[in-house]
Amino acid sequence: MNQPPAIVQIRDLGYAVNGRTVFAGLDLDIPRGRITAVMGPSGTGKTTLLRLITGQVAADSGVITVAETDMRTVRRAELYALRRRMGMLFQNGALLTDLSVFENVAFPLREHTDLPERLIRQLVLTKLQAVGLRGAAGLMPAELSGGMSRRVALARAIVMDPEILIYDEPFVGLDPISLGVILRLIRRLNDALGLTSIVVSHDVQEISAVADLVFLLSGGKVVAKGTPDQLQSNPSEVVGQFIGGLADGPVPFHFPAPDYFGELLSRGEDP
Amino acid sequence: MRLLKELWESFFGSLVGLGSVVRFLLRLVAEAPRALLRVDLIAQQIFNSGALSLVIIMLSGLFVGMVLGLQGFQLLQRFGSEEALGTAATIGLVKELGPVVTALLFAGRAGTALASELGLMRATDQLSAMEMMAVDPIRRVVVPRFLGGVIAMPLLAAIFSVIGIYGAQLIGVQIMGVDAGSFWSQMRAAVSLTDINEGIVKSLIFGVACSLIAVYEGYYAIPTAEGVGRATTRTVVTSAVVILFLDYLITAAFL
Repeated sequence: MNQPPAIVQIRDLGYAVNGRTVFAGLDLDIPRGRITAVMGPSGTGKTTLLRLITGQVAADSGVITVAETDMRTVRRAELYALRRRMGMLFQNGALLTDLSVFENVAFPLREHTDLPERLIRQLVLTKLQAVGLRGAAGLMPAELSGGMSRRVALARAIVMDPEILIYDEPFVGLDPISLGVILRLIRRLNDALGLTSIVVSHDVQEISAVADLVFLLSGGKVVAKGTPDQLQSNPSEVVGQFIGGLADGPVPFHFPAPDYFGELLSRGEDP
Repeated sequence: MRLLKELWESFFGSLVGLGSVVRFLLRLVAEAPRALLRVDLIAQQIFNSGALSLVIIMLSGLFVGMVLGLQGFQLLQRFGSEEALGTAATIGLVKELGPVVTALLFAGRAGTALASELGLMRATDQLSAMEMMAVDPIRRVVVPRFLGGVIAMPLLAAIFSVIGIYGAQLIGVQIMGVDAGSFWSQMRAAVSLTDINEGIVKSLIFGVACSLIAVYEGYYAIPTAEGVGRATTRTVVTSAVVILFLDYLITAAFL
């Protein structure tokens, strides 16, 4: 099959925090123009992976290439130039609380361009219209619900017309309606704007509805990849546990601990 | 032996801390010229740190001046030189109380606000979001707040001193009956430009110290509720100690 080159390439990635290994030998290719989901149980380093891809932290070993830029040798100015081509949606929206909804969306334009006020206004209103919140332009972030904040943040993330749009847990804590709205927006924005979307999530059903390609992470490695359907029928135990939502399995229910009875019977000294 | 080791470690730790504060200051200074071009951002911060602290500064200035008037009058009366009250109150205010009390109040009012604002911005990913939008948070957020504080402090100290002198006059002249003519003329004859310069230098340096401590603590706050609370407390405590220590050094330097 003749595939276009991946926009994000990760080879043999190693990363550790405070001596705890997060990734060991991770390989991952994110194709251009698709919606790629990175899934995995909590604590597998999904958000860390995003921070590595966006250059907020540096890898210990291995190679990360984003849009032909090698993240090992990237300079600060290059990194900032690269980030202008990316939009990122944070878990809680991360709107600037001292600015109105309109000014939040206008923020990247004001910082990076010298566009006349009229044009800024039009761009901002177009993007707000795309997420259905043109009517909320005058509100402050504190007056928005969680779902609305995330949509405003989405409008802000696309205002510079990025090539890559990154979503960090976009479905957490949303009611079914907001969730449906976000799902539809992810698909619509990806196709209408010709983006590459990367979605980090652990919501199996939601992801299955929207992703073209899914990577399942566990234990610092990719344990499965494929379309949502392929994953459903994957015979591996880890995949089955995650997709089926089983409490115990290859991913243990218990955090590592000393022997249960031994600890109950011991003198109760603090571990 | 263990005590010595712990002492050394804590001394070493504070040296490292001081070093990182100085490095942060150098970074702020390096970014300052470009940040100065964004007049709107700095004006906003002068308003936040300065104008919003104005009421507390003016009230405190009035009361401190009134106390000076009362105490000064009692003391000078013993030597039969009540007319020197204007000089005594003015020198006390311009050289010492104006800059020092203003800086302490500034740390409590504006410094804590800065530290908790920055800490919460970090805790709610606003600073990371800016970095992801290719906007340097130091240049966009920290430097304007720092400069706003540095500019606001001398202005606040000057207002404090002026209102304080008015307060001293209110008690000394209006109530205790010191002769108004000698109150003002003695003051004008005895207070020199050096006295005023000392006050300006002090309030400028205190402004740098207070603002630096506040933005440093806020920017590097641990992004939790507890961390932001601790950053706010440390801002006040560190500022107070640093202000009083610097006050001694500058006073000695001007002798």
